[in-house]
Amino acid sequence: MRAEEALDIYYKMAKIRAFEEKAAELYTKGSIVGFCHLYTGQEAVIVGISQNFTKADSIITSYRDHGHLLAIGVEPRYVMAELCGKITGCSKGKGGSMHLYNRSRNFFGGNGIVGAQVSIGTGLALAHKYKSTGGIAFIFFGDGAANQGQVYESFNMAAIWKLPALYILENNRYALATPTERSTVRNSLKKRGDPFGIRTICVDGMNLLEVIQKSRDAANQVREKLEPLILHVDTYRYKGHSMSDPEIYRSRSEVDSIRKTRDPIANFAAVLQERYGLDAEVIEKIDKDVMEKIEIAARFALDSPAPSEASLNMDVLL
Amino acid sequence: MIKTAVRYAIRDAMAEEMRRDSSVFLLGEEVGRFGGAYKVSQGLLREFGDGRVIDAPITEHAFTGLGVGASMAGLRPIIEFMTFNFAMQAIDQIVNTAAKTFFMSGGNISCPIVFRGPNGIPRGVAAQHSQCFASWYAHVPGLRVVSPYTSAEAYYLLKAAIRSDSPVIFLEHELLYSKEFIIPPKMEVMPLDKASIVREGTDITLTAFSICVDHAIKVAEVLQDQHDISAEIINLISLRPIDKPTIIQSVQKTGRILNIEEGWPVCSIGSEIISIVCEGAFDYLDAEPSRICSVDAPIPYAPNLENAALPSIDKIVRAVKKLCGKR
Repeated sequence: MRAEEALDIYYKMAKIRAFEEKAAELYTKGSIVGFCHLYTGQEAVIVGISQNFTKADSIITSYRDHGHLLAIGVEPRYVMAELCGKITGCSKGKGGSMHLYNRSRNFFGGNGIVGAQVSIGTGLALAHKYKSTGGIAFIFFGDGAANQGQVYESFNMAAIWKLPALYILENNRYALATPTERSTVRNSLKKRGDPFGIRTICVDGMNLLEVIQKSRDAANQVREKLEPLILHVDTYRYKGHSMSDPEIYRSRSEVDSIRKTRDPIANFAAVLQERYGLDAEVIEKIDKDVMEKIEIAARFALDSPAPSEASLNMDVLL
Repeated sequence: MIKTAVRYAIRDAMAEEMRRDSSVFLLGEEVGRFGGAYKVSQGLLREFGDGRVIDAPITEHAFTGLGVGASMAGLRPIIEFMTFNFAMQAIDQIVNTAAKTFFMSGGNISCPIVFRGPNGIPRGVAAQHSQCFASWYAHVPGLRVVSPYTSAEAYYLLKAAIRSDSPVIFLEHELLYSKEFIIPPKMEVMPLDKASIVREGTDITLTAFSICVDHAIKVAEVLQDQHDISAEIINLISLRPIDKPTIIQSVQKTGRILNIEEGWPVCSIGSEIISIVCEGAFDYLDAEPSRICSVDAPIPYAPNLENAALPSIDKIVRAVKKLCGKR
């Protein structure tokens, strides 16, 4: 990877981190309401995997979707405006945090029902096969969704019909407040594809370079063999399940220790310095640029008008 | 003029739309090699191959979600439920994603998909296989809900449903599959949101859909011949949206209305019809707007109990006579 590319990737992760921290701030101030699921800690997952997206591919994820939309290049101001319920938001203020979409980039949500996106994503994969698009479906879900029955119904269909689906299990260790050890028999998440003959590739989701490399291998295999594959990603979320989570299920020291030792952004900053010989000032400048961009996005969101009440009955039926 | 059974009308509509548009495909349990559990899709596999007539495993929840995903990506899936009872496994995907995505995405992403299969009470199959889901789906903004009675309706409405850019719930009835009707030629498609006046009358309006239109027609003859009551019959066809102007105009003429359906009474299509009439034609009413439903209990197996549970000609005639002040 060239230095410019590495810097660009760093920029993308820093942008998501800054965006989420700003979202938390706006939530506390009351500008964002309801559910707001932050992605801090998991940035390397989407940024690393999105390096392998092509124009023909499609993407779908859960309600923890801000980072995904930013990673595919949607301007932060349209995402922040959506979180603030404004007409300028990417869903015209009608979807909110959990329902972000971008048709031109084949991003199909943002789904608020845990696990629903796995079946829908399998349909995206079917469409790739049906239309011979050459693309594949990137289907993101969490360790919580991994216990939904429809996930395995989907694996079964993807396997028998050889659908080009890359299932990405973002294991951030907690399904809301329940740790995987308590929800998942014998810690079996890495073996869930076995009965369907779907191979699982495991990756450290806090290590950006590993995510890029292993997700590239995984995506290439799906493209070449035209069959499903699972990428099990070991990651961690720093914030609560949503903004209203008191986090009584884990200790502050657990979060602090992972932040200190495994933070994907800090660790990649170290790589930039050690491997690419970049100065700390270069990285600081990126951080500063990102903060400015997010400030502008927040101002845009706050200054934008709310949707008109006349739009209430629009976009219901075609 | 040729007579065609409803099952073949549905099959022909699917075949013609599949020939016209390569993005249309059929997916469901036993739709391919077996030709459909009710033989509705017979012959389609031979013509279109297993890439477009897809036998799904018994996995309603995920294959419904899969259909919804394929529709978002630009295909036009027809998802067949062996019966709508089994769609309960999948209702989340229908209500939470198919119906709401167009709205939630601010008009960015649509779900042009048809969910079809037999609905209602096919007799003798007990509670879990006997239920009308019309009012369940009619409750949900973002869906279109239609239920044909004749072969012509089945044929033209299904073509329109497949071409619709909104998700359509297409409620068929097992007991109508073999019933033959004349299909008038040279129509294109039928509007998805219009009721049809099956019989004109002056004393009472009978509204119904699907197999209950059959009851209404029989009842109207009895009323005319034996009780000198002239009934107007409206075949609702669309349950979301309901064609309010047709109903209100009719009640303005007749002053009375009775809805007939196989569903349960609480929060039924009949409840909605009564609301529509109270809100839109209150001053024209000569009697309380009323409804005949199945009794408010799960549908029993024993034939005598099942008969007692369902709307019948006798029950309807009695109700009409009461509304018309006749003994």
